[in-house]
Amino acid sequence: MSEELQVPPAEFQSYYGRPILKVTRWKEPHLPAYLVLGELSGALAIVGALAHATGRRALARTARIGAAAAAYGGGAFLTAELGRPERFLNMLRVAKPTSPMSMGSWILASHSGLVSAAAASEITGLMPGLGTAAGVAAAVTGPALAAYPSVLFANTAVPAWHSSYRELPLLFASGAMTAAAATGLAVGALATDRSDFEVARRLAIVGAALEGVAGYTLEASSEPDAEPYRTGDGARMLTAARYLTLSGGVAALAARRSRIAAMAAAALLAGGGYCAKAGVLRAGKESARDPKYVVASQAKGERAG
Amino acid sequence: MTSSKSGPGHNNSLYGPLDDVSGDAGYADHPARVGFFTDTSVCIGCKACEVACKEWNGLPEPEADQLALTGMSYDNTTALGADSWRHVAFIEQPLIAPEPASPDDQGSGTRWLMASDVCKHCTHAACLDVCPTGALVRTEFGTVIVQPDVCNGCAYCVSACPFGVIDRREGDGRAWKCTMCYDRLRGGLEPACAKACPTDSIQFGPLDELLAIAESRLEDLHAAGQVEARLYGADPDDGIGGAGAFFLLLDEPQVYGLPPDPVVTSRDLPREWRWAGAGAGLLAAGVAIAFAGRTRE
Repeated sequence: MSEELQVPPAEFQSYYGRPILKVTRWKEPHLPAYLVLGELSGALAIVGALAHATGRRALARTARIGAAAAAYGGGAFLTAELGRPERFLNMLRVAKPTSPMSMGSWILASHSGLVSAAAASEITGLMPGLGTAAGVAAAVTGPALAAYPSVLFANTAVPAWHSSYRELPLLFASGAMTAAAATGLAVGALATDRSDFEVARRLAIVGAALEGVAGYTLEASSEPDAEPYRTGDGARMLTAARYLTLSGGVAALAARRSRIAAMAAAALLAGGGYCAKAGVLRAGKESARDPKYVVASQAKGERAG
Repeated sequence: MTSSKSGPGHNNSLYGPLDDVSGDAGYADHPARVGFFTDTSVCIGCKACEVACKEWNGLPEPEADQLALTGMSYDNTTALGADSWRHVAFIEQPLIAPEPASPDDQGSGTRWLMASDVCKHCTHAACLDVCPTGALVRTEFGTVIVQPDVCNGCAYCVSACPFGVIDRREGDGRAWKCTMCYDRLRGGLEPACAKACPTDSIQFGPLDELLAIAESRLEDLHAAGQVEARLYGADPDDGIGGAGAFFLLLDEPQVYGLPPDPVVTSRDLPREWRWAGAGAGLLAAGVAIAFAGRTRE
């Protein structure tokens, strides 16, 4: 049989335009809220350890208590995200290196234990040595807790997520900085003792700048998998995130003189961090929903990731 | 690209050919790996497989609002999911040539493709890799199943599956997919869909025997002029190490709603963790910078 008798080869045929992949069941506000609180707890744990080491007592206290509160808040959102929340502890049934969520659960569990111990010691004044040791250990689990979600997203079949394994860590690391800075700015604006305010202000400026870079690299990353970061629902959230975060950074510049500016900076940075995560979630949904992304990413013919 | 071979004996746990998938999962003594060969060239679209699967596995019936006609030919199931573990696709293709394109098409001007899709029971199953609770396991038969009493509904498997097979059942909260009728296999029976298939489009048996049957069938079809016939999921060198349920297709995989060249995401775990490590380092450095220098007040 000759070639002419065959069905004409189209550029791309899908099955009635239906998705090849399943669209994630992860939802808002649960997942973005968990990510923001997790990275906040992680960053505050580092702040707490460094503040303790440099003798900034008030800042250490704020950071330690904040880190514990954020860890529990994040854990609550994570649990609510499950189809069977009452089985949350099944997460600790096994330890699986092939599962980023298993690793993340163990990181979260150990981090929560450590920041709880540090916060409990801070509040009660009991066993300050153990509290300090737990605080130092939490400065190790903290960065892991803040950064592991990049693997959680990248280790999926979703083209937009799988291809951004280089860009997502920057987004989460910078988001952790701005989340902790937002907490510091808000607390600093309310406190009468503002001696440690400068740390939060600097962290806000560094974090906002890096988060701006992260958003840019995400949109500019490998064609065509990154298209959902440039157009559509996810892109709009990411754009909003960038405006909020950069405005927050600018407000932080003025925060030394104005409490109102400090509060505004805190709100803008927190909002920007949340929108960035929601944007990544929405871009992933779009990436899974339209079969063209799956076909385009696999048609490269090299089984490239 | 990562090397797909680790020498003779193929013991790749995460990616590449793997000779003994049950052995790799820890079964010292186990039966031969079994699977499905779905030959879509003889599928007549009767959906007996869908019905038999639903009946045997007691899958929930759709909600009333999901019973609408889709307009997608005879396909009102639309996709595999938590409540549909076999799905028959119907594709109507207009032919440009006036002559019949195959012995089956009597010059109708239309070619009708039908294919019963199912979980691929991958050699390297991303759903199983990413499951944080151990609810997803490899069986002694080399298949992949969810343990409903363990699954906590985290839905990670839903985003990890490169075929869009597994899904969470809303209301129930757990992930569900084809078990290749694990209960029937334990009892020495073939899966319900294969049992019900009237044309042997769905064949069940030891995977190596099925692969030999499929190669022979492919040769016959090519000799008969069906040059577009191809096997899908039968290559142990592909991105999932070969499927436990593979297919003979008559067009590009994406026409059937299948990914053209899926890769198990776990292949890229090392580089993903390396970059996450860099992110963690950057965070620690960023906070340290904020503490550096004199505090002005």
